[in-house]
Amino acid sequence: MYRSMTAEEIRFTGDADDELNAYFARPTDAGPFGGVIVIHHMPGWDEQTMEITRRFADRGYLALCPNLHHRDAPGASPDDAAAASRAAGGVPDDRFLGDMRGAISYLQSLDEHNGKVGVIGFCSGGRQAFLAACSIELDAAVDCYGGFVVGDPPPGMPVNIRPLLHLAENLSCPLLGLFGQDDQHPSPAEVDELEAELKRLGKQHEFHRFDGAGHGFFAADRTMYRPEAAVEGWRLIFSFFGRYLAG
Amino acid sequence: MCSHLTEKASVSGSGKGAGGWFRLSHAVTYFDHPYHSPYEHTLNIDFVNETEGPGARVAVELTEESARALVACIESALGAARPAMRDRASVAPPERA
Repeated sequence: MYRSMTAEEIRFTGDADDELNAYFARPTDAGPFGGVIVIHHMPGWDEQTMEITRRFADRGYLALCPNLHHRDAPGASPDDAAAASRAAGGVPDDRFLGDMRGAISYLQSLDEHNGKVGVIGFCSGGRQAFLAACSIELDAAVDCYGGFVVGDPPPGMPVNIRPLLHLAENLSCPLLGLFGQDDQHPSPAEVDELEAELKRLGKQHEFHRFDGAGHGFFAADRTMYRPEAAVEGWRLIFSFFGRYLAG
Repeated sequence: MCSHLTEKASVSGSGKGAGGWFRLSHAVTYFDHPYHSPYEHTLNIDFVNETEGPGARVAVELTEESARALVACIESALGAARPAMRDRASVAPPERA
């Protein structure tokens, strides 16, 4: 049946020793459990992201979703914080990585943590999941349609958004990639390029591409939701994390 | 996708947000994922006062079609305004921030 859990807002130490908040969902039984860091997309801490975080707790993970926009608007509502972050140019990659290291340290400090940490991100969070997996020692990473991993960003993009393909040689863990064949960012050609590079480097990865699905197919509250792709995608995610985040 | 592309204009006027009326300093505009609307991308406008914190914000999220209809409405309303109705202090176009 359904697992008992708690879900609450906690504080942890992120980049530059800044204290920021995170949504933390966890089973109430004893564990030990693997840890999953859920990376929100640009709109930030929206309801879908909170539901996703609780989903991982329901499946037996310590799930932590840092508020990457906290510094731009401390104490503000999540949508106001997202807007303030965008107006300030978005989340810098270096600051994001510092916050990830802090989130990992938080999970590792818990008695009920089994020592394994995975990350998952959607959209801009997918790009950040790849960045984290190439910059920090992790046990598993899931990139759900992360754009601007491959190829040059279009003119006018914030300088924070730079391509990451050159980091693939540093991929620290198995990578699950889930992409829609109708997506343009990343396009099927860009996904091909990323996969070819991972193969060339001998990096462990598993990519799945869904026909009839575009960008954001996991978003159940949006017109781009594709239930068949989303249901299969969730099955793949839990199978993947089950293999690499078990104690 | 998250487009990250953002346009920002200095504006003069007032907006009504969750805390009541406040003076505006900027309009931040972007075509990207919405927070509330059930669409993939919307034309989003944040009317803000940057000196009053992130809560001083009036946000709208419009479909592309709606946003273009709004542009036409704005142009029409301004075109119909008799010269005598115009506040001389508000005649200059907003500066790009």
